[in-house]
Amino acid sequence: MSQTQTHAGLARLQIAQRVAQDLQDGAVVNLGIGMPELVANFVPKDREIRYHSENGVLGFGAIAAKGEEDPELINAGKKPITLLPGAAFFHQADSFAMIRGGHIDVCILGAMQVAENGDIANWSTGAADAIPAVGGAMDLVAGAREIWVMTDHTTREGAPKLVTRCSYPLTGKAVVRRIYSNLAVIEVGDPGFIVKELAAGVSLERLQELTDAPLHVHVSEPPREILL
Amino acid sequence: MIDKFYSSLQAAVADIKDGSSILISGFGEAGSPVELIHALIDQGARDLTIVNNNAGNGRVGLAALIAAGRVRKIICSYPRSSGSTVFQELFRAGKIELELVPQGTLAERIRAGGAGIPAFYTPTGAGTPLAEGKEVRSFAGREYLLEYGITTDFALVKAQKADRFGNLTYNKVARNFGPIMCMAAKTTIVQVRRLMPAGSLDAEAVVTPGIFVDRLVEIPDPVVESALISQGASYP
Repeated sequence: MSQTQTHAGLARLQIAQRVAQDLQDGAVVNLGIGMPELVANFVPKDREIRYHSENGVLGFGAIAAKGEEDPELINAGKKPITLLPGAAFFHQADSFAMIRGGHIDVCILGAMQVAENGDIANWSTGAADAIPAVGGAMDLVAGAREIWVMTDHTTREGAPKLVTRCSYPLTGKAVVRRIYSNLAVIEVGDPGFIVKELAAGVSLERLQELTDAPLHVHVSEPPREILL
Repeated sequence: MIDKFYSSLQAAVADIKDGSSILISGFGEAGSPVELIHALIDQGARDLTIVNNNAGNGRVGLAALIAAGRVRKIICSYPRSSGSTVFQELFRAGKIELELVPQGTLAERIRAGGAGIPAFYTPTGAGTPLAEGKEVRSFAGREYLLEYGITTDFALVKAQKADRFGNLTYNKVARNFGPIMCMAAKTTIVQVRRLMPAGSLDAEAVVTPGIFVDRLVEIPDPVVESALISQGASYP
């Protein structure tokens, strides 16, 4: 699956599987465009998760198999999806009433940058010739109860995406609570990036080299290895 | 007798004038009224302001309308889909104006417009560059932006079934912007897959009541935009 995996670390589907492990029974979870779409392939045993896509569906399942695609049954990333029993369709104003009205428990977004104070940038590089595209991201960060970010730890060019301050225009201020990368699970809080888990073969020192902000650990709770 | 059905696409879009504002339904290809858009290209109106979630894909449907130079300004949330090359080229060349609106704000602006609400406050976008130039007000210690309702001259919408009264049902996520766009235009024109006998739609299952619909055209087998794009099709 992964084109971006270098040396140690999780493949994209493995990050999705790790994210799904932390979803609580009964949670309503919005999945953003890109890597977060993969989370719908996983529902932890003995739990029911309701996946929401802002283009108007609640209760969808895995990406549709080849030959089963329906162009009028797609997710926010415009990929064909499947439905689970009990699914519902609704129009855009209702979909964003769910989001802005605080009815979504968790939203999982991709990111260009996340700062140690929880700021997120994921809609524009701000460059003069950039095509800005915000979609539902600003509504989601304003309305979902928790924002988790799922991302490669660095850009394709190897630049850190976890930074001291975002240099790109912000999507939301101080909203990100957790980061699931190919290298680590990180909590965003006081005093910043707190490393909870590390992928097999990844040291804290190596992670720090790839992160543009100081990493912290709780002395009483040192980072564990990510288990799938 | 009430009968909102038109016998042709051409007749349904004939009075769209230069300079009109038009809501166009769809999220990507799902719900995009491609046949109505192509009829609008044939009709020739220009200097249009278009409201859509995206900015078209490939060289068919909305992208073809943009490529034909008919669109002065687009109001949308996400013009950067992988196939949005026509918009991107014209935007970089300064030949089309973009008003970028967060998707939920876009939906609520359309809903509000259709519901007679001129403006509202939303937390979306507060503290970001999209707040520039907007009135900010604090409620219970949180910042909100003033956003204005959208109403337009026309709406072009795709739906599934209709009766002659204009009652509509939709298909899966192709519903997306359809119901709110039907509400927010002076004249709402809808293409549907099936014209149903009056009285045959379950009143409990009607999604858009006919009061919000002015004209209907039956297109039993609409094109699939992604299939056209993968064939390299362009319109006209």
